[in-house]
Amino acid sequence: MASRGYRVGMTDSESAPGAAQLNAFETTSNPILADIGKPLVVVSGVEKFYGEFHALKNINLTVTKGEVVVVIGPSGSGKSTLCRTINRLETISAGEILIDGKKLPEEGKALATLRADVGMVFQSFNLFAHKSILENVALGPVKVRKRQRADAEMAARMLLDRVGVGEQADKMPAQLSGGQQQRVAIARALAMKPKVMLFDEPTSALDPEMINEVLDVMVELAAEGMTMIVVTHEMGFARRAADRVVFMAEGEIIEEAEPEAFFTNPQSDRAKDFLSKLLTN
Amino acid sequence: MDTLLNNFDLFTEGFKNTLILFSFSAIIALVLGGVVGAFRVSPVTSMRAVGTFYVNTIRNTPLTLIMFFCAFGYPKLQLPEISYMNLAIIALSVYTATYVAETLRSGINTVPLGQAEAARAIGLPFGQTMTLIILPQAFRAVIPPMMSVFIALLKNTTVAAGFSVMEAGAVKNYLSERGEPAIVGLLWVALVFILLVGVLAFLQRKLENMWKVAR
Ligand SMILES: Nc1ncnc2c1ncn2[C@@H]1O[C@H](COP(=O)(O)OP(=O)(O)O)[C@@H](O)[C@H]1O
Ligand SMILES: [Mg+2]
Repeated sequence: MASRGYRVGMTDSESAPGAAQLNAFETTSNPILADIGKPLVVVSGVEKFYGEFHALKNINLTVTKGEVVVVIGPSGSGKSTLCRTINRLETISAGEILIDGKKLPEEGKALATLRADVGMVFQSFNLFAHKSILENVALGPVKVRKRQRADAEMAARMLLDRVGVGEQADKMPAQLSGGQQQRVAIARALAMKPKVMLFDEPTSALDPEMINEVLDVMVELAAEGMTMIVVTHEMGFARRAADRVVFMAEGEIIEEAEPEAFFTNPQSDRAKDFLSKLLTN
Repeated sequence: MDTLLNNFDLFTEGFKNTLILFSFSAIIALVLGGVVGAFRVSPVTSMRAVGTFYVNTIRNTPLTLIMFFCAFGYPKLQLPEISYMNLAIIALSVYTATYVAETLRSGINTVPLGQAEAARAIGLPFGQTMTLIILPQAFRAVIPPMMSVFIALLKNTTVAAGFSVMEAGAVKNYLSERGEPAIVGLLWVALVFILLVGVLAFLQRKLENMWKVAR
Protein backbone atom coordinates (compact mmCIF):
# COMPACT_ATOMS: atom_id res chain seq x y z
CA MET A 1 0.00 0.00 0.00
CA ALA A 2 2.95 2.30 -0.50
CA SER A 3 1.32 3.87 -3.54
CA ARG A 4 -1.71 4.62 -1.43
CA GLY A 5 0.18 6.70 1.12
CA TYR A 6 1.88 8.55 -1.69
CA ARG A 7 -1.41 9.27 -3.33
CA VAL A 8 -3.06 10.64 -0.22
CA GLY A 9 -0.06 12.85 0.40
CA MET A 10 -0.33 14.22 -3.09
CA THR A 11 -3.99 15.06 -2.88
CA ASP A 12 -3.50 16.82 0.41
CA SER A 13 -0.91 19.14 -1.00
CA GLU A 14 -2.79 19.66 -4.23
CA SER A 15 -6.29 19.90 -2.89
CA ALA A 16 -8.34 22.93 -3.80
CA PRO A 17 -9.50 25.33 -1.10
CA GLY A 18 -12.57 23.96 0.60
CA ALA A 19 -11.63 20.41 -0.13
CA ALA A 20 -10.40 19.89 3.41
CA GLN A 21 -13.94 20.05 4.71
CA LEU A 22 -14.67 16.98 2.59
CA ASN A 23 -12.60 15.10 5.07
CA ALA A 24 -15.01 12.61 6.53
CA PHE A 25 -17.40 11.16 3.99
CA GLU A 26 -19.79 9.18 6.10
CA THR A 27 -19.41 5.80 4.56
CA THR A 28 -19.34 2.40 6.15
CA SER A 29 -16.28 1.61 4.18
CA ASN A 30 -14.11 3.91 6.25
CA PRO A 31 -11.51 1.23 6.34
CA ILE A 32 -10.48 -0.41 9.49
CA LEU A 33 -6.81 -0.86 8.79
CA ALA A 34 -7.01 -4.64 9.03
CA ASP A 35 -9.59 -4.72 6.26
CA ILE A 36 -7.45 -2.98 3.71
CA GLY A 37 -6.35 -5.47 1.12
CA LYS A 38 -9.24 -7.86 1.69
CA PRO A 39 -10.91 -8.73 -1.63
CA LEU A 40 -14.15 -6.78 -1.95
CA VAL A 41 -15.13 -7.27 -5.57
CA VAL A 42 -14.12 -10.53 -7.17
CA VAL A 43 -14.97 -11.04 -10.83
CA SER A 44 -13.94 -14.46 -12.08
CA GLY A 45 -14.28 -16.01 -15.50
CA VAL A 46 -17.11 -13.68 -16.50
CA GLU A 47 -18.51 -13.96 -19.99
CA LYS A 48 -21.25 -11.78 -21.41
CA PHE A 49 -23.09 -12.30 -24.66
CA TYR A 50 -25.61 -9.97 -26.25
CA GLY A 51 -27.18 -12.51 -28.58
CA GLU A 52 -24.27 -13.56 -30.77
CA PHE A 53 -22.09 -10.66 -29.73
CA HIS A 54 -19.37 -11.53 -27.21
CA ALA A 55 -19.17 -8.37 -25.06
CA LEU A 56 -17.06 -9.65 -22.14
CA LYS A 57 -14.46 -12.36 -22.59
CA ASN A 58 -13.14 -14.26 -19.57
CA ILE A 59 -12.91 -11.26 -17.27
CA ASN A 60 -10.97 -11.79 -14.05
CA LEU A 61 -10.60 -8.83 -11.75
CA THR A 62 -10.17 -8.53 -8.00
CA VAL A 63 -10.56 -5.21 -6.27
CA THR A 64 -9.53 -5.05 -2.62
CA LYS A 65 -10.95 -2.85 0.12
CA GLY A 66 -9.82 0.73 -0.27
CA GLU A 67 -8.41 0.16 -3.72
CA VAL A 68 -9.08 2.53 -6.62
CA VAL A 69 -9.08 0.91 -10.04
CA VAL A 70 -9.33 2.92 -13.23
CA VAL A 71 -10.72 1.10 -16.27
CA ILE A 72 -9.66 2.54 -19.56
CA GLY A 73 -10.06 1.46 -23.17
CA PRO A 74 -11.55 2.34 -26.53
CA SER A 75 -15.27 2.91 -26.97
CA GLY A 76 -17.19 -0.35 -27.27
CA SER A 77 -14.57 -2.37 -25.40
CA GLY A 78 -17.03 -3.44 -22.70
CA LYS A 79 -16.19 -1.02 -19.87
CA SER A 80 -19.79 -0.04 -19.24
CA THR A 81 -20.92 -3.63 -19.57
CA LEU A 82 -18.39 -4.64 -16.91
CA CYS A 83 -19.66 -1.96 -14.51
CA ARG A 84 -23.24 -2.94 -15.15
CA THR A 85 -22.60 -6.61 -14.52
CA ILE A 86 -20.91 -5.81 -11.20
CA ASN A 87 -24.14 -4.41 -9.78
CA ARG A 88 -26.21 -6.76 -11.87
CA LEU A 89 -27.96 -4.18 -14.02
CA GLU A 90 -26.88 -6.68 -16.65
CA THR A 91 -26.93 -10.46 -16.22
CA ILE A 92 -23.82 -12.51 -16.96
CA SER A 93 -23.67 -15.49 -19.29
CA ALA A 94 -20.99 -17.38 -17.36
CA GLY A 95 -18.59 -16.91 -14.45
CA GLU A 96 -19.12 -15.48 -11.01
CA ILE A 97 -19.13 -12.11 -9.26
CA LEU A 98 -18.69 -11.80 -5.51
CA ILE A 99 -19.28 -8.60 -3.54
CA ASP A 100 -17.68 -8.78 -0.09
CA GLY A 101 -17.70 -12.56 -0.29
CA LYS A 102 -21.35 -12.82 -1.34
CA LYS A 103 -22.45 -14.04 -4.73
CA LEU A 104 -24.85 -11.74 -6.57
CA PRO A 105 -28.34 -13.17 -6.13
CA GLU A 106 -30.86 -13.58 -8.94
CA GLU A 107 -33.53 -10.92 -9.52
CA GLY A 108 -35.66 -10.07 -6.49
CA LYS A 109 -35.49 -8.46 -3.07
CA ALA A 110 -32.14 -10.01 -2.15
CA LEU A 111 -30.60 -8.58 -5.28
CA ALA A 112 -32.08 -5.15 -4.64
CA THR A 113 -30.52 -5.13 -1.18
CA LEU A 114 -27.13 -6.20 -2.43
CA ARG A 115 -27.26 -3.59 -5.17
CA ALA A 116 -27.63 -0.92 -2.53
CA ASP A 117 -24.12 -1.88 -1.33
CA VAL A 118 -22.72 -1.01 -4.74
CA GLY A 119 -23.02 2.69 -5.54
CA MET A 120 -23.17 3.67 -9.18
CA VAL A 121 -22.57 6.99 -10.89
CA PHE A 122 -23.56 7.26 -14.53
CA GLN A 123 -22.27 9.33 -17.40
CA SER A 124 -25.67 11.00 -17.78
CA PHE A 125 -26.24 11.72 -14.03
CA ASN A 126 -29.73 10.17 -14.12
CA LEU A 127 -31.14 12.26 -11.30
CA PHE A 128 -34.85 11.70 -10.67
CA ALA A 129 -36.28 14.64 -12.60
CA HIS A 130 -39.50 15.03 -10.60
CA LYS A 131 -37.80 15.06 -7.20
CA SER A 132 -35.84 17.82 -5.50
CA ILE A 133 -32.11 17.46 -4.98
CA LEU A 134 -32.68 16.64 -1.32
CA GLU A 135 -35.31 14.01 -2.17
CA ASN A 136 -32.99 12.48 -4.74
CA VAL A 137 -30.41 11.86 -2.04
CA ALA A 138 -32.78 10.91 0.81
CA LEU A 139 -35.00 8.55 -1.22
CA GLY A 140 -32.76 5.48 -1.07
CA PRO A 141 -32.01 5.67 2.66
CA VAL A 142 -35.74 6.09 3.43
CA LYS A 143 -37.14 3.49 1.06
CA VAL A 144 -34.36 0.91 0.95
CA ARG A 145 -32.51 1.37 4.25
CA LYS A 146 -35.78 2.19 6.09
CA ARG A 147 -34.34 5.21 7.86
CA GLN A 148 -36.51 7.92 9.40
CA ARG A 149 -37.16 10.67 6.87
CA ALA A 150 -35.87 13.42 9.15
CA ASP A 151 -32.61 11.57 9.82
CA ALA A 152 -32.18 10.72 6.17
CA GLU A 153 -32.72 14.32 5.13
CA MET A 154 -30.25 15.60 7.67
CA ALA A 155 -27.65 13.12 6.46
CA ALA A 156 -28.49 14.05 2.86
CA ARG A 157 -27.92 17.75 3.58
CA MET A 158 -24.54 16.94 5.10
CA LEU A 159 -23.54 14.90 2.07
CA LEU A 160 -24.70 17.65 -0.28
CA ASP A 161 -22.63 20.15 1.71
CA ARG A 162 -19.64 17.92 1.40
CA VAL A 163 -19.87 17.64 -2.37
CA GLY A 164 -20.36 21.42 -2.46
CA VAL A 165 -24.01 21.67 -3.52
CA GLY A 166 -25.66 22.17 -0.14
CA GLU A 167 -27.16 25.46 -1.33
CA GLN A 168 -29.05 23.66 -4.09
CA ALA A 169 -30.80 21.14 -1.84
CA ASP A 170 -34.31 22.42 -2.49
CA LYS A 171 -33.99 22.94 -6.25
CA MET A 172 -35.01 20.54 -8.99
CA PRO A 173 -32.32 18.69 -10.98
CA ALA A 174 -32.99 20.62 -14.19
CA GLN A 175 -32.05 23.85 -12.40
CA LEU A 176 -28.48 22.66 -11.76
CA SER A 177 -25.43 22.64 -14.02
CA GLY A 178 -24.08 19.32 -15.23
CA GLY A 179 -21.21 19.38 -12.77
CA GLN A 180 -23.56 20.09 -9.90
CA GLN A 181 -25.92 17.33 -11.01
CA GLN A 182 -23.10 14.83 -11.14
CA ARG A 183 -21.98 15.77 -7.64
CA VAL A 184 -25.57 15.24 -6.46
CA ALA A 185 -25.51 11.84 -8.15
CA ILE A 186 -22.34 11.01 -6.20
CA ALA A 187 -24.02 12.14 -2.97
CA ARG A 188 -27.08 10.04 -3.83
CA ALA A 189 -24.91 6.94 -4.21
CA LEU A 190 -22.92 7.71 -1.04
CA ALA A 191 -26.12 8.12 0.97
CA MET A 192 -26.60 4.37 0.73
CA LYS A 193 -23.24 3.90 2.50
CA PRO A 194 -22.04 1.58 -0.25
CA LYS A 195 -19.08 -0.77 0.11
CA VAL A 196 -17.84 0.07 -3.35
CA MET A 197 -18.56 2.84 -5.86
CA LEU A 198 -18.69 2.36 -9.61
CA PHE A 199 -18.22 5.38 -11.88
CA ASP A 200 -19.00 4.98 -15.58
CA GLU A 201 -17.37 7.89 -17.41
CA PRO A 202 -18.64 10.37 -14.81
CA THR A 203 -17.14 13.41 -16.54
CA SER A 204 -17.68 12.53 -20.20
CA ALA A 205 -20.94 14.43 -20.48
CA LEU A 206 -19.59 17.55 -18.78
CA ASP A 207 -18.36 20.84 -20.16
CA PRO A 208 -14.60 21.09 -19.65
CA GLU A 209 -14.84 23.73 -16.94
CA MET A 210 -16.98 21.42 -14.81
CA ILE A 211 -14.85 18.31 -15.02
CA ASN A 212 -12.52 19.24 -12.19
CA GLU A 213 -15.22 19.99 -9.65
CA VAL A 214 -16.40 16.40 -10.07
CA LEU A 215 -12.92 14.88 -10.18
CA ASP A 216 -11.95 16.74 -7.00
CA VAL A 217 -14.85 15.13 -5.16
CA MET A 218 -13.77 11.73 -6.47
CA VAL A 219 -10.15 12.26 -5.48
CA GLU A 220 -11.23 13.15 -1.96
CA LEU A 221 -13.43 10.10 -1.84
CA ALA A 222 -10.51 7.94 -2.88
CA ALA A 223 -8.34 9.55 -0.21
CA GLU A 224 -11.03 8.72 2.34
CA GLY A 225 -10.50 5.06 1.59
CA MET A 226 -13.54 4.36 -0.57
CA THR A 227 -13.18 1.34 -2.82
CA MET A 228 -13.74 2.59 -6.36
CA ILE A 229 -13.92 1.26 -9.89
CA VAL A 230 -13.76 4.20 -12.27
CA VAL A 231 -14.19 4.11 -16.02
CA THR A 232 -12.56 7.30 -17.22
CA HIS A 233 -10.16 8.67 -19.76
CA GLU A 234 -9.01 11.37 -17.38
CA MET A 235 -5.34 10.47 -17.06
CA GLY A 236 -4.88 13.18 -14.46
CA PHE A 237 -7.38 11.45 -12.22
CA ALA A 238 -5.80 8.05 -12.81
CA ARG A 239 -2.38 9.43 -11.89
CA ARG A 240 -3.63 11.26 -8.81
CA ALA A 241 -5.99 8.71 -7.36
CA ALA A 242 -5.68 5.25 -8.88
CA ASP A 243 -3.78 2.31 -7.45
CA ARG A 244 -4.13 0.38 -10.68
CA VAL A 245 -5.14 0.91 -14.28
CA VAL A 246 -6.97 -1.84 -16.16
CA PHE A 247 -6.88 -1.57 -19.93
CA MET A 248 -9.70 -3.22 -21.89
CA ALA A 249 -10.17 -3.80 -25.60
CA GLU A 250 -12.79 -5.85 -27.46
CA GLY A 251 -14.27 -7.28 -24.30
CA GLU A 252 -10.98 -8.44 -22.78
CA ILE A 253 -8.65 -7.16 -20.11
CA ILE A 254 -5.46 -6.65 -22.07
CA GLU A 255 -3.18 -5.33 -19.37
CA GLU A 256 -3.08 -4.07 -15.79
CA ALA A 257 -0.46 -1.87 -14.20
CA GLU A 258 0.16 0.97 -11.78
CA PRO A 259 -0.85 4.27 -13.38
CA GLU A 260 2.67 5.65 -13.95
CA ALA A 261 3.87 2.39 -15.40
CA PHE A 262 0.85 2.09 -17.66
CA PHE A 263 0.94 5.61 -19.03
CA THR A 264 4.70 5.84 -19.48
CA ASN A 265 5.42 2.29 -20.51
CA PRO A 266 2.41 0.38 -21.85
CA GLN A 267 3.19 -3.23 -22.74
CA SER A 268 0.62 -4.18 -25.38
CA ASP A 269 0.41 -2.72 -28.87
CA ARG A 270 -3.25 -1.97 -28.41
CA ALA A 271 -2.59 0.04 -25.27
CA LYS A 272 0.22 1.93 -27.01
CA ASP A 273 -2.04 2.65 -29.93
CA PHE A 274 -4.89 3.74 -27.66
CA LEU A 275 -2.69 6.03 -25.55
CA SER A 276 -1.17 7.70 -28.57
CA LYS A 277 -4.68 8.54 -29.84
CA LEU A 278 -5.72 9.75 -26.39
CA LEU A 279 -2.72 12.07 -26.21
CA THR A 280 -3.14 13.59 -29.65
CA ASN A 281 -6.80 14.42 -28.89
CA MET B 1 -86.69 24.99 -18.64
CA ASP B 2 -89.97 23.48 -17.48
CA THR B 3 -88.81 20.07 -18.54
CA LEU B 4 -85.83 20.46 -16.25
CA LEU B 5 -87.67 21.91 -13.28
CA ASN B 6 -90.68 19.61 -13.37
CA ASN B 7 -88.49 16.56 -13.44
CA PHE B 8 -85.70 17.73 -11.22
CA ASP B 9 -85.90 14.50 -9.20
CA LEU B 10 -85.10 12.48 -12.32
CA PHE B 11 -82.22 14.71 -13.29
CA THR B 12 -80.60 14.73 -9.87
CA GLU B 13 -81.00 10.98 -9.45
CA GLY B 14 -79.60 10.40 -12.95
CA PHE B 15 -76.59 12.63 -12.59
CA LYS B 16 -75.88 11.44 -9.07
CA ASN B 17 -75.55 7.93 -10.48
CA THR B 18 -73.47 9.18 -13.42
CA LEU B 19 -71.07 10.79 -10.99
CA ILE B 20 -70.90 7.66 -8.83
CA LEU B 21 -70.25 5.48 -11.89
CA PHE B 22 -67.66 7.91 -13.16
CA SER B 23 -65.72 8.52 -9.94
CA PHE B 24 -65.45 4.92 -8.84
CA SER B 25 -64.65 3.67 -12.33
CA ALA B 26 -62.07 6.42 -12.79
CA ILE B 27 -60.23 5.57 -9.58
CA ILE B 28 -60.30 1.82 -10.14
CA ALA B 29 -59.30 2.23 -13.80
CA LEU B 30 -56.40 4.45 -12.79
CA VAL B 31 -55.03 1.95 -10.29
CA LEU B 32 -55.70 -1.11 -12.44
CA GLY B 33 -54.36 0.69 -15.51
CA GLY B 34 -51.21 1.61 -13.56
CA VAL B 35 -50.66 -2.02 -12.64
CA VAL B 36 -51.32 -3.28 -16.17
CA GLY B 37 -49.11 -0.54 -17.61
CA ALA B 38 -46.32 -1.63 -15.26
CA PHE B 39 -46.84 -5.25 -16.34
CA ARG B 40 -46.46 -4.16 -19.95
CA VAL B 41 -42.94 -2.85 -19.31
CA SER B 42 -41.90 -5.46 -16.73
CA PRO B 43 -38.54 -7.20 -17.17
CA VAL B 44 -40.34 -10.50 -16.51
CA THR B 45 -41.59 -12.06 -19.75
CA SER B 46 -44.65 -13.75 -18.25
CA MET B 47 -45.81 -10.49 -16.64
CA ARG B 48 -45.45 -8.71 -19.96
CA ALA B 49 -47.48 -11.46 -21.62
CA VAL B 50 -50.27 -11.13 -19.07
CA GLY B 51 -50.37 -7.35 -19.57
CA THR B 52 -50.43 -7.66 -23.34
CA PHE B 53 -53.14 -10.31 -23.26
CA TYR B 54 -55.32 -8.21 -20.96
CA VAL B 55 -54.99 -5.07 -23.06
CA ASN B 56 -55.50 -6.84 -26.37
CA THR B 57 -58.57 -8.83 -25.38
CA ILE B 58 -60.42 -6.19 -23.38
CA ARG B 59 -59.59 -3.24 -25.58
CA ASN B 60 -60.74 -5.10 -28.68
CA THR B 61 -64.09 -5.97 -27.12
CA PRO B 62 -66.88 -3.41 -27.45
CA LEU B 63 -67.85 -1.89 -24.12
CA THR B 64 -71.46 -2.93 -24.68
CA LEU B 65 -70.39 -6.57 -24.80
CA ILE B 66 -68.38 -6.26 -21.59
CA MET B 67 -71.31 -4.54 -19.95
CA PHE B 68 -73.59 -7.24 -21.31
CA PHE B 69 -71.42 -9.95 -19.82
CA CYS B 70 -71.31 -8.23 -16.45
CA ALA B 71 -75.04 -7.53 -16.34
CA PHE B 72 -76.34 -10.84 -17.67
CA GLY B 73 -73.45 -13.31 -17.65
CA TYR B 74 -72.19 -12.72 -14.15
CA PRO B 75 -75.53 -13.32 -12.31
CA LYS B 76 -75.72 -16.75 -14.01
CA LEU B 77 -72.38 -17.81 -12.50
CA GLN B 78 -73.95 -18.49 -9.08
CA LEU B 79 -71.46 -16.19 -7.42
CA PRO B 80 -72.27 -13.73 -4.63
CA GLU B 81 -74.78 -11.21 -5.87
CA ILE B 82 -73.50 -7.82 -6.99
CA SER B 83 -75.76 -4.85 -7.69
CA TYR B 84 -76.15 -3.63 -11.27
CA MET B 85 -74.46 -0.41 -10.24
CA ASN B 86 -71.37 -2.27 -9.03
CA LEU B 87 -71.35 -4.54 -12.07
CA ALA B 88 -71.45 -1.45 -14.26
CA ILE B 89 -68.54 0.03 -12.31
CA ILE B 90 -66.55 -3.17 -12.79
CA ALA B 91 -67.26 -3.23 -16.52
CA LEU B 92 -66.31 0.43 -16.97
CA SER B 93 -63.14 0.06 -14.88
CA VAL B 94 -61.92 -3.09 -16.58
CA TYR B 95 -62.54 -1.52 -19.98
CA THR B 96 -61.09 1.92 -19.25
CA ALA B 97 -58.02 0.41 -17.53
CA THR B 98 -56.75 -0.81 -20.91
CA TYR B 99 -56.76 2.74 -22.24
CA VAL B 100 -55.15 4.05 -19.06
CA ALA B 101 -52.46 1.35 -19.36
CA GLU B 102 -51.68 2.16 -22.99
CA THR B 103 -51.64 5.90 -22.37
CA LEU B 104 -49.33 5.39 -19.40
CA ARG B 105 -47.08 3.15 -21.42
CA SER B 106 -46.52 5.92 -23.94
CA GLY B 107 -45.71 8.15 -20.95
CA ILE B 108 -43.33 5.59 -19.50
CA ASN B 109 -41.42 5.68 -22.76
CA THR B 110 -40.78 9.39 -22.28
CA VAL B 111 -38.95 8.80 -18.96
CA PRO B 112 -35.23 8.30 -19.66
CA LEU B 113 -34.18 4.69 -19.08
CA GLY B 114 -31.24 5.93 -17.05
CA GLN B 115 -33.54 7.00 -14.22
CA ALA B 116 -34.90 3.48 -13.91
CA GLU B 117 -31.33 2.18 -13.80
CA ALA B 118 -30.35 4.73 -11.19
CA ALA B 119 -33.35 3.68 -9.11
CA ARG B 120 -32.38 0.03 -9.38
CA ALA B 121 -28.79 0.93 -8.58
CA ILE B 122 -29.76 2.41 -5.21
CA GLY B 123 -31.56 -0.84 -4.45
CA LEU B 124 -35.19 -0.05 -5.26
CA PRO B 125 -37.04 -3.16 -6.42
CA PHE B 126 -39.02 -3.07 -9.67
CA GLY B 127 -42.32 -2.18 -7.98
CA GLN B 128 -40.94 0.86 -6.19
CA THR B 129 -38.93 1.93 -9.21
CA MET B 130 -42.27 2.08 -11.00
CA THR B 131 -44.39 3.71 -8.30
CA LEU B 132 -41.80 6.19 -7.02
CA ILE B 133 -39.83 7.13 -10.12
CA ILE B 134 -41.35 6.09 -13.43
CA LEU B 135 -45.14 6.30 -13.07
CA PRO B 136 -45.28 9.77 -11.45
CA GLN B 137 -43.29 11.17 -14.36
CA ALA B 138 -45.21 9.12 -16.91
CA PHE B 139 -48.50 10.54 -15.56
CA ARG B 140 -47.22 14.08 -15.89
CA ALA B 141 -46.17 13.48 -19.46
CA VAL B 142 -49.58 12.20 -20.54
CA ILE B 143 -52.09 14.47 -18.80
CA PRO B 144 -53.84 15.62 -22.01
CA PRO B 145 -54.35 12.15 -23.56
CA MET B 146 -55.21 10.77 -20.13
CA MET B 147 -57.94 13.39 -19.80
CA SER B 148 -59.36 12.23 -23.13
CA VAL B 149 -59.53 8.73 -21.67
CA PHE B 150 -61.50 10.01 -18.71
CA ILE B 151 -63.80 12.13 -20.84
CA ALA B 152 -64.52 8.99 -22.86
CA LEU B 153 -65.21 7.19 -19.58
CA LEU B 154 -67.63 9.91 -18.54
CA LYS B 155 -69.56 9.50 -21.77
CA ASN B 156 -69.34 5.71 -21.60
CA THR B 157 -71.24 5.76 -18.31
CA THR B 158 -74.35 6.22 -20.47
CA VAL B 159 -73.91 2.69 -21.75
CA ALA B 160 -74.85 1.55 -18.26
CA ALA B 161 -78.32 2.98 -18.88
CA GLY B 162 -79.06 0.09 -21.17
CA PHE B 163 -78.37 -2.21 -18.24
CA SER B 164 -80.84 -0.96 -15.68
CA VAL B 165 -78.64 1.63 -14.03
CA MET B 166 -80.58 4.85 -13.70
CA GLU B 167 -77.98 7.35 -14.80
CA ALA B 168 -78.15 10.57 -16.76
CA GLY B 169 -78.39 8.92 -20.18
CA ALA B 170 -81.49 7.07 -19.00
CA VAL B 171 -83.21 10.26 -17.95
CA LYS B 172 -84.60 10.94 -21.41
CA ASN B 173 -86.37 7.56 -21.48
CA TYR B 174 -88.09 8.26 -18.21
CA LEU B 175 -88.94 11.72 -19.45
CA SER B 176 -90.72 10.37 -22.50
CA GLU B 177 -92.62 8.02 -20.20
CA ARG B 178 -93.74 11.06 -18.29
CA GLY B 179 -94.86 12.63 -21.56
CA GLU B 180 -92.16 15.29 -21.79
CA PRO B 181 -90.75 16.23 -25.21
CA ALA B 182 -87.76 13.88 -25.79
CA ILE B 183 -85.65 16.41 -27.67
CA VAL B 184 -85.74 18.96 -24.88
CA GLY B 185 -84.80 16.31 -22.34
CA LEU B 186 -81.90 15.18 -24.51
CA LEU B 187 -80.63 18.72 -24.87
CA TRP B 188 -80.59 19.18 -21.12
CA VAL B 189 -78.71 15.94 -20.63
CA ALA B 190 -76.20 16.93 -23.29
CA LEU B 191 -75.73 20.33 -21.68
CA VAL B 192 -74.94 18.84 -18.29
CA PHE B 193 -72.44 16.44 -19.87
CA ILE B 194 -70.71 19.35 -21.54
CA LEU B 195 -70.52 21.05 -18.17
CA LEU B 196 -69.01 17.95 -16.59
CA VAL B 197 -66.44 17.67 -19.37
CA GLY B 198 -65.68 21.34 -18.76
CA VAL B 199 -64.88 20.48 -15.16
CA LEU B 200 -62.48 17.77 -16.34
CA ALA B 201 -60.80 20.14 -18.77
CA PHE B 202 -60.40 22.65 -15.94
CA LEU B 203 -58.83 19.93 -13.79
CA GLN B 204 -56.46 19.08 -16.63
CA ARG B 205 -55.24 22.68 -16.89
CA LYS B 206 -54.77 22.84 -13.13
CA LEU B 207 -52.70 19.64 -13.12
CA GLU B 208 -50.62 20.75 -16.07
CA ASN B 209 -49.82 24.07 -14.41
CA MET B 210 -49.06 22.49 -11.06
CA TRP B 211 -46.60 20.01 -12.52
CA LYS B 212 -45.00 22.33 -15.04
CA VAL B 213 -43.40 24.32 -12.23
CA ALA B 214 -42.31 21.19 -10.47
CA ARG B 215 -40.22 20.07 -13.42
N1 LIG C 1 -27.92 -3.95 -24.62
C1 LIG C 1 -27.03 -4.26 -25.57
N2 LIG C 1 -27.37 -5.05 -26.59
C2 LIG C 1 -26.49 -5.39 -27.56
N3 LIG C 1 -25.21 -4.98 -27.57
C3 LIG C 1 -24.79 -4.20 -26.58
C4 LIG C 1 -25.67 -3.78 -25.52
N4 LIG C 1 -24.98 -2.99 -24.67
C5 LIG C 1 -23.72 -2.93 -25.17
N5 LIG C 1 -23.61 -3.63 -26.31
C6 LIG C 1 -22.39 -3.80 -27.11
O1 LIG C 1 -21.37 -4.27 -26.26
C7 LIG C 1 -20.14 -3.65 -26.59
C8 LIG C 1 -19.56 -3.02 -25.35
O2 LIG C 1 -20.34 -1.93 -24.96
P1 LIG C 1 -19.98 -1.01 -23.73
O3 LIG C 1 -19.76 -1.87 -22.54
O4 LIG C 1 -21.02 0.03 -23.62
O5 LIG C 1 -18.62 -0.38 -24.19
P2 LIG C 1 -17.80 0.85 -23.57
O6 LIG C 1 -18.48 1.27 -22.34
O7 LIG C 1 -16.43 0.31 -23.35
O8 LIG C 1 -17.80 1.90 -24.63
C9 LIG C 1 -20.43 -2.63 -27.68
O9 LIG C 1 -20.03 -3.18 -28.90
C10 LIG C 1 -21.92 -2.46 -27.64
O10 LIG C 1 -22.42 -2.23 -28.93
MG1 LIG D 1 -19.39 3.11 -21.89
